[in-house]
Amino acid sequence: MAAFEPVLLARVGKPDSPSLATYQRDGGYAALKKALAMSPDDVITVVKDSGLRGRGGAGFPTGVKWTFLPKGHPGPIYLAINADESEPGTFNNRILMEDDPHQILEGIAISCHAIKSNTAYIYLRYEYGKSYRALDKAIQECYAAGILGNNVMGSGFKLDVYLHRGAAAYICGEETGLIESLEGKRAWPRIKPPFPAIEGLFRKPTIVNNIETMACVTHILNRGAAWFKSIGVPADPNNPRDAGSYGPKLYCLSGHINKPGCYELPLGITARQLIEEYGGGVPGGRSVKAVVPGGISMGFLSASELDTPLDFNGPGKVGCLGLGTAAVIVIDDATSMVDVLYNCCRFFSHESCGQCTPCREGTAWMTKILHRIRSGQGQIRDLDLLLEVANSMGIIPGTTICGLSDGAAWPVKNAIKKFRPEFEEYIQSKRSTITPAELVSAH
Amino acid sequence: MPALTETMRERIKSLFARYPSKQAVTLPALHMVQDEFRCVSLEAVKEIAELLELHPAEVHDTMSFYGFFRDEQHRLGQHRVWVCRSLSCALRGGEKLLAHLCEKYHVQPGDTTDDGKVTLEFAECLGACEGAPCLLVDDHCEMNVSTERAESILSKL
Repeated sequence: MAAFEPVLLARVGKPDSPSLATYQRDGGYAALKKALAMSPDDVITVVKDSGLRGRGGAGFPTGVKWTFLPKGHPGPIYLAINADESEPGTFNNRILMEDDPHQILEGIAISCHAIKSNTAYIYLRYEYGKSYRALDKAIQECYAAGILGNNVMGSGFKLDVYLHRGAAAYICGEETGLIESLEGKRAWPRIKPPFPAIEGLFRKPTIVNNIETMACVTHILNRGAAWFKSIGVPADPNNPRDAGSYGPKLYCLSGHINKPGCYELPLGITARQLIEEYGGGVPGGRSVKAVVPGGISMGFLSASELDTPLDFNGPGKVGCLGLGTAAVIVIDDATSMVDVLYNCCRFFSHESCGQCTPCREGTAWMTKILHRIRSGQGQIRDLDLLLEVANSMGIIPGTTICGLSDGAAWPVKNAIKKFRPEFEEYIQSKRSTITPAELVSAH
Repeated sequence: MPALTETMRERIKSLFARYPSKQAVTLPALHMVQDEFRCVSLEAVKEIAELLELHPAEVHDTMSFYGFFRDEQHRLGQHRVWVCRSLSCALRGGEKLLAHLCEKYHVQPGDTTDDGKVTLEFAECLGACEGAPCLLVDDHCEMNVSTERAESILSKL
């Protein structure tokens, strides 16, 4: 593959990249100026034509989502930016916010013009202190420069952008959990419909978009829909439900890899290319046992599935839940999948909001069953019990309000299907991989 | 004596203009109080509720949902150190780092050292996976943290 010139990360790591002065020197806010000269509907058309799909995990087409807002609504309409990036393995939005916050704010301003919103809230996870300080400074610079406020770049358009810090809860990344949290309540996701575009924040029409999605909007306005659509994997003409996988994507690479980091590449690169060509392979001469394709809630690719393209369709074809956040975690052959799965289950058990019983109880029991296996007390039938629990929780079986549960079930389903012999061997050996370290910090 | 300082009240009220509902200021207010007092006392909950025109139970309901906020019985130390235990960090020694610090400072995750300086916690994914294992000191992230570096970071707090 020819070297890909980064767009989203082009300014990351450059001197003083977060400042308005350098951003404008590099051509910043030209896209907003262009958008403000267009009608809101024309901006929506450009974004729709680009084929941009949301970068937060679900991959819903952004421009199409915007058209779900009620026509001729008197307002207010809100834009809520999901900066609660918490999916294990994911850090692309953090890098954008820390190193190039104006790129995001420009996308937000363009999007607000498109959806006729005068107020945007950025819901930022508390843990991202550096992002908070970078965005806070960037917002202040924008107000001082007339890019935000009562008369955006002299256009007469009014826009306020507010930063709102979360309080360390993964569920706030679910869009209606985020809305509830922003309203000052416990972050219990809402039953849908109504979807936020009809009734969202403060019961008003609301669009919830991801940080990387906003950065893409900036570049789509700058370079045009055709440019964006020339990158990535075109829609399959034989599959009417495939909306294509267009544009650059930020892939996060972590775990057992020589060069962990955030790589901007065209959608559709394979896991193998990412690991070998960009990540420099697995340390210590070891080989890959499994790969998380897009955050732990997407499940696992086995070593024989590394040629799977990491576009919106690829991971699903080999039994994963989807592309998710494109956060790739590499697991080497010296690691026990039993330990990996326990780690995943413990995460979801900790982060289940407790509203739906199948999720609250299911995540807890899956963790307990895996703990029993890891203490040498497991039985082969525990594997079927794990599958039974996993298969009965989530939106897919129809037992929960939000998708956290599907994401909690998926690593269990994938691990036991793809690595069953390893689980059986572990149970039969009666060994335990619970480490003394874990016992010290047991909680 | 009121729990909230006059400055705090003014800061809380100054945020009302940002939202169409005063309840939306709940999280910002809880953060302000905990940042300064290292916990949110029941008295503070009542006073926040009064400012936000809510029932204290509504503020408490929100506060207690987020394990982030501490009541008076679980007051934080001067600094809060979170060690990530999620997958990317665990694959690179995150759990060992957490256990090492627990042993070194004689605390369990969630507890505060006897001198009141540091509350040590486990964290779920801190979003710094390229620098695993990582930890967070208050809201400043440290990446590629060895046990030696962790000790050095904590000793300077």
